[in-house]
Amino acid sequence: MGFPLGLPSGVDAVLAAACAWIALGAAGMAAPGNLRLSARVLYPAGALVGIALAAAALASVGNAESTRVLPLGLPGLPFHARLDALSAFFLLLLAAVAAGVSVYTAGYVRHGPGAAPGVQCLCHHVFLASMALVLVADDAYFFMVAWETMALSSFFLVTSDHRHAEIRRAGYLYLLIAHLGAISILLCFGALQAGTGDYSFDAMRALQQPAGWGSVAFALALAGFGAKAGIVPLHVWLPEAHPAAPSPVSALMSAVMLKTAVYGLMRVTLDLIGFPLWWWGLVALAVGLASALFGVIFAATQSDMKRLLAYSSIENIGLIVAGFGLALLFRGFGMGSLAALALTAALYHCLNHAFFKGLLFLATGSVLHATGERSLGRLGGLIHRMPWVAWCALVGSAAIAGLPPLNGFVSEWLLLQAFLFTPELPQGYVNMLVPVAGAAVALAAALSGYVMVKFFGVVFLGQPREARAAEARDAGPWERSALVWLAGGCVVLGLAPTLVLALLEPVTQRFTGYSLAGLGGGWLFLAPIDAERASYSPLLLFAVAALLVAATWLAVRAFYHGRVRRAPPWDCGFPWLSARMQDTAEGFGQPVQVVFRPVFRIEGEAPSPGDPRPRYRETVEDPLWYWLYLPVAAQSSGPPPW
Amino acid sequence: MLPHYGPQLVNLLAAVLLLLAFAMLSQRRILSLINLFAAQGLVLFLATVLVAMITAQGHLYWSAAVTLLLKVFLLPWILHRLIRRLNVKWDVETLVNIPTLMIFGLVIVILAFNLAAPISLLAGTVTRSTLGIALASVLLSFLMMITRSKAVPQVVAFLAMENGLFFAATATVYGMPMVVELGVALDVLVASLILGVFLFQIRSRFDSVDTRHLERLKEH
Amino acid sequence: MNDASGLVAQLTEVALAILLAPLLSGWVSQCRAWLQNRSGPGLLQPYRVLAKLFEKEVVLAHNASSLFRSSPYLIFGCLVLAAAIVPTLGTDLPLNPAADAIALVGLLALARFFIALAGMDVGTAFGSLGARREMMVGFLAEPALLMVLFTASLISHSTSLSTIVATLAHREFVIYPSMAFAGVAFTMVSLAENARIPVDNPATHLELTMIHEAMVLEYSGRHLAMIEWAASLKLFVYSCIGLALFFPFGVAQGGDWLGLVLALPAFAAKLAVGGAALAAIEMVNAKMRIFRAPEFLGTAFMLAVLALLVHVLLER
Repeated sequence: MGFPLGLPSGVDAVLAAACAWIALGAAGMAAPGNLRLSARVLYPAGALVGIALAAAALASVGNAESTRVLPLGLPGLPFHARLDALSAFFLLLLAAVAAGVSVYTAGYVRHGPGAAPGVQCLCHHVFLASMALVLVADDAYFFMVAWETMALSSFFLVTSDHRHAEIRRAGYLYLLIAHLGAISILLCFGALQAGTGDYSFDAMRALQQPAGWGSVAFALALAGFGAKAGIVPLHVWLPEAHPAAPSPVSALMSAVMLKTAVYGLMRVTLDLIGFPLWWWGLVALAVGLASALFGVIFAATQSDMKRLLAYSSIENIGLIVAGFGLALLFRGFGMGSLAALALTAALYHCLNHAFFKGLLFLATGSVLHATGERSLGRLGGLIHRMPWVAWCALVGSAAIAGLPPLNGFVSEWLLLQAFLFTPELPQGYVNMLVPVAGAAVALAAALSGYVMVKFFGVVFLGQPREARAAEARDAGPWERSALVWLAGGCVVLGLAPTLVLALLEPVTQRFTGYSLAGLGGGWLFLAPIDAERASYSPLLLFAVAALLVAATWLAVRAFYHGRVRRAPPWDCGFPWLSARMQDTAEGFGQPVQVVFRPVFRIEGEAPSPGDPRPRYRETVEDPLWYWLYLPVAAQSSGPPPW
Repeated sequence: MLPHYGPQLVNLLAAVLLLLAFAMLSQRRILSLINLFAAQGLVLFLATVLVAMITAQGHLYWSAAVTLLLKVFLLPWILHRLIRRLNVKWDVETLVNIPTLMIFGLVIVILAFNLAAPISLLAGTVTRSTLGIALASVLLSFLMMITRSKAVPQVVAFLAMENGLFFAATATVYGMPMVVELGVALDVLVASLILGVFLFQIRSRFDSVDTRHLERLKEH
Repeated sequence: MNDASGLVAQLTEVALAILLAPLLSGWVSQCRAWLQNRSGPGLLQPYRVLAKLFEKEVVLAHNASSLFRSSPYLIFGCLVLAAAIVPTLGTDLPLNPAADAIALVGLLALARFFIALAGMDVGTAFGSLGARREMMVGFLAEPALLMVLFTASLISHSTSLSTIVATLAHREFVIYPSMAFAGVAFTMVSLAENARIPVDNPATHLELTMIHEAMVLEYSGRHLAMIEWAASLKLFVYSCIGLALFFPFGVAQGGDWLGLVLALPAFAAKLAVGGAALAAIEMVNAKMRIFRAPEFLGTAFMLAVLALLVHVLLER
């Protein structure tokens, strides 16, 4: 079907967009030191390409698949490209968020130490192009080329400010784990081609895997794509790389790159292997829940803004993988409509996470530029100085916390509904374990509310803890429009879930044989299975809530006076209130640290009673680093055993 | 009415038994532990009376009477006297912290339910699904016994284990033969008397009833 | 006819919630006073407090933001909406398809989110202390409440609140052991969330012991009145949820006008008994250390999960 205006449609549109992005990047390299060129021309052009790609993807979701064979690649294996419903959905995600981030970057880039603006422009656009190509690759070679390009370009972006040793170290760790994952993915493709030598995905789809090889391929795919997505225990690069990278890069990585890994996992398991076994779903569910709880518990104890958001990304990816595992579980037992529900929940959460995590990372970028501080202990009170950033960040925080009527709540609602159906599974242990797993999801959701109150409260509310925080200036117009775009996305995705469900219908139809949209409810009510069973209408809820709040305010104003007097804070009569008396970030996270103490590795140093200069120190660290990574590193860097 | 509500009430009492087992697992105070044990005995008594009424088996009334005498009155009285004479009315401490203990308890319950599911299909009674709960109570009392460090809670846990067994027998196969029951009851009584003597010896040796002190004996 | 009676039921419920919530708090305080052998402040005392607060001027800290000023209305609106979707008089409410049990928990979480943020807004030590403790109680109580509602949903095969109430009220009298566990868990959660002994003392102003009071220390005048009203509404909502799940007798089914009229005194009687029971529980227990609160709530959470398991085992 032709896209209006005679532009390329289907997979051709995607390839054209990728080429346009690469061209923009190359243009940036032509004048590497020219900031005005990249900031005022190239990044906005990149955003326009993104919007066009989003529109094309939106138009293609319901259409038939389109393929193209490119004249590039190996002699026996040219590049195959294919656009089907799953790819189109993820492309929509990529393009919509990339447009916002590109607009933000236009306002964010400035001259500074580290890489030149032109080089950053090249890497940024190559990154976007490679992610788009990963999403349409239809054979193993093209996939790996695009995957590696994605890893390398993001490595250069992460180490943009390469003066600092810890940034270089973070980049090195990132590249290391990305390559370990790539090896695993390569081996997975090797297992999938089952000795035929034909590495195109069409051939893999047509094959029937011999018995054990399907499980081997699934395990390799989970390890490889999981390393890129950041599931425990392969997550250690995330909390290092995200703070080291510039904020728009962190936003892109967290919002989009992690989702390409999820796409890869879904593509391999649902499409290439073809007949998932039910116990794979159980493995994915367990790994996903462990990541979710791990991520959110660690997020609650961080004192660096971006590390907190990085751990929160681990949590959300864990929830997505858990939803996906649930879909595999249902599919393995032949319960197609329930598998569609779980898959819808996982995909919806991908889209939601892209928007709200991107939004929050961009907001931290603005805060960083305005105050120069990343540590939560030096911020505070920014809602007065930076209202635009603060209110957009409030929308993002409420969305992550899973509060109605925003988008985070809808995907959590769908996921919990899927868990409620699990007692109908025929297997004894499974149908008892899985409701308990639903409890773990509820706990993760409640803890994410805690983390977001900490994040928003410590950064934006209260009094400024340092002088620089008191003098911050609000974000510029480019940054503001990007933040509003993403915040608006969160609101729209929350208030109009039936639209998104209609979008996801072709995807679930293709991979589980069932679709949810059209079952009960109509456009106003979200009733995925049966209106009697469960239904939710965010628009109606929001309308009634707004009505009630407005009516209350009017009633109070009508009957009583509206006098307000400003005075110093009451604070129980204590007159010498200072900014140091508020909670620090560590202090706010203390209840979680106490309740979940066995999960952390805590090292403390307390002074002795007679010490003239007492020093208290406590570090809270990731135990997996010490149990898994350091021993392995010691093994591999020690003398050889022979 | 009884044929319809009877089994449901037995199910409800089974659930209360499990609730009490969990409550004992997370209880810190010795006095409350003994009171919970007495409450478990009461639940057993009610369940036995109900089963006797449903199935019209006379000997179960005797069994219920023995339960009432022993588990609701005699044993708690002995235990109260014991803790008064030992002066152990302090807070109970556990070896592992309580949330971890509860998670273990939950895993044990899932395990017990699944283990008992195929076995309970073999029984021919209406209340056979409570076998899983009875097995879970036994295992939970066992967990309690191994995670406590003071002697008196370990004794209470041992007695609670027997409660679970008794419930399993009553609800699933409508009671054990009277001989077996009287034998078990006598064994439990004698065991608690011996344990009482044992506790006094420990206390006079170490001036405390913490069973970890027993590990020091091998130095002598 | 159905729609009209449903609409009337809905509006009556909202009006009752807004008007009677302070009366419920007053009743609980009065019962406590009688049990403690003193003459209490009177049933209408909360109304007098509200009237006094509305008349007073609002004194705002210099650095209070617009979030601080708008939170009381937002919180009040969320809680009125929550009260509107719990079926207390009739099950045929027009708002019911818009929100189910999970959305109810979400609304309560939204109210908690905003009050915690409002506590952190002015930047005093008390505010952040209260916010931190409130979120600590919240992150354990919210999953426990969700699990209790899940147990009820599994029994009635639906998360829609009217279906749950209709199923639980109109099965022929069946005893659900899982609801016994869920009942204990729910009682513990409501005590924690409504800032009652043994988790928090609603009458205290000592820093070491307060959770809810610490967050609202900077509010005054009509803002404080809205917050106090919202707190008594929260108690009302929790009582309604408890009655709907565990004692749903007397709720009018479908579009039954007579049932609706009879449901009113039944509801009032149940609330009165519930309030007295709450006062008795508060009397018998002592307030626990704040560091024991996570254990208390963790136990509630485990009991709720156990309720799910018992349902799967015994009731399928």
